Parts: sequence; C-alpha cells; structure tokens
Amino acid sequence: MITLEEVRQRAESDAKTYGYYLNPDPEFLNDLLEGLKRNEERYGYPLCPCRLGSGIFEFDRDIICPCDYRDPDVAEYGACYCALYVRKDLFEGKTPVLPVPERRPLEKQVRAYTAQAEKSREKPNEILTADSKTSKIKMKLWYCKQCGYVVFREDPPYICPICKAKKEMFAEIKIDIDVLG
Amino acid sequence: MNFKYRKMKLNVVKTLGVTMKIVKVEGKNNKHKVLVYALSTCAWCKLTKTFLKENNIEYEYVDVDLCNEEDKEKIKEDILNKGGSLSYPTIIIDDKILINGFRKDKLKEVLEI
Repeated sequence: MITLEEVRQRAESDAKTYGYYLNPDPEFLNDLLEGLKRNEERYGYPLCPCRLGSGIFEFDRDIICPCDYRDPDVAEYGACYCALYVRKDLFEGKTPVLPVPERRPLEKQVRAYTAQAEKSREKPNEILTADSKTSKIKMKLWYCKQCGYVVFREDPPYICPICKAKKEMFAEIKIDIDVLG
Repeated sequence: MNFKYRKMKLNVVKTLGVTMKIVKVEGKNNKHKVLVYALSTCAWCKLTKTFLKENNIEYEYVDVDLCNEEDKEKIKEDILNKGGSLSYPTIIIDDKILINGFRKDKLKEVLEI
C-alpha cells in the first residue's frame, strides 16, 4: 500500500521536473495528498481528488494526476484544477489561489456517471473484460510534428511532453495493414 | 485523515434510493436551504464545508463519489438542469441558485453573511 509520504515525494519530484510548486497551504496540500492516496487505494491509480472518476482506467486516464489539463491550467490560471501544482507567484503568495474552471470536455465528464450503470445493465452478473470496457473509446496513434513523439490514446496530449509543442502540432498516424502481405 | 468534523452533529436525515446519504450539519443560521454536492477526497469541498460550518450555516451535503450509479445519475441531472457544470463542490441554495466551486464572495452574497 502506498504511503502518504510516497504520494508527497512523487508530487514534489514531478513539480520540480516541470518547474512548478506544490500548494503553499500545508493543510490544503495534505488534504489533496490524502485524496490522491485514497483514490490510488480504491481505483489503483492516483485519480484527481477533485474530480469524479469512473473507476475504469481508460475513461479516467486524462484525469490521472498529473492530469492532461495541468499544464494549460497552470499556464493560464497559475494553478491546476485542484491547485496541487501552482506557479511560483502563487506559491509565494503574490497571486491568490482561486478555483480553476473545468477544462475537461463534458462528454468525458459524463462517462463517470454512466459507465458503471451501463456495465451493470448490460451484464449484471459478469465481470467485464478489458476489451468491453474500452470498446467505446477509439484509440489512435498520434505523432508530434515537431519532435516525432508518438502516443497511442484517444486524443493527443495538450502539450507534447517531450518538446512542449501544443496539441495542434499533433497529427494522427493512419496505418493500413494488408493482411495478405 | 485528521477529522475536523468529529465534533459536528451529523445526522443522516434522508436516504434517497439505496445509498445516497444526505448528511445534515446543524447551524444557527438556517435562513437558506443549502445543499453541497461534494467529493470525499476533494480539498476544495472540505474548504466549503469548513467555511459553512465556521459561519454557522445549516447545510446538507452528499459525497457524490460514495453514491451508487443511480444516484450519481440523479445528481448529474440535477446539476445540469440547474445550468451548472459537473464540478465539485457544487452548492445549491434554496433549490434554485447554483454555485460551482468554492467561491467565497458568491456564497457570502447569496447567504447574506
């Protein structure tokens, strides 16, 4: 089982890597870390403590901390949605830490409310396999036109993790497979 | 979690569906009906609950992540029907005014504190 200290260290090292800071309010920060720990225990991954998850990895992958929306949110508002990661001026108290509006698209948010319900309606007594869980998600290959980074997921990331290019720099890779060789 | 709320009088006042637990927190100021849709893991939701408590506002809350799917669906419909976004905390005052997020100034204005 993951300890609170491990969750803290992971967040600290991630903040350092990206040039961010963790929330300066020790009690607030502790609550967020406790929330992350709790989510890791119940879902198996550190789901954003301030968002409702579905418990299905493929549906939740964009809101696994650090979420897809962190970088654009810190750039625009100075803090991520939870305010776990903040910019230097907020860390130093020069700018107040205020609630950040939700950037995650509504169509992704609603999955958290219907995923389990559909699951129980369809197959009440069966355990769903990984395939049927994710069949509604269309996974694609995307590449960054700037640095060549390739990722296999539903949407391209907001910002390329390698070269920091924007989402618009990503293009889909379409592959035709000829089974006859 | 060091539980700040342990001194509060918590009563489960009603149970809708099977598991939707609406917890009532007593307060001297019950001029408005205040309902908080929250997440059990969310620090902003905790700030909201603490703020209401400190201001002696009587309120009810639901931890949506602990609800069953049927109740989650009802909550989703309720928030969307009132023109809100699906973010937490969502505070509903007198069944009509919806506030998304812990916005102290808005809360103070609507609750007249």
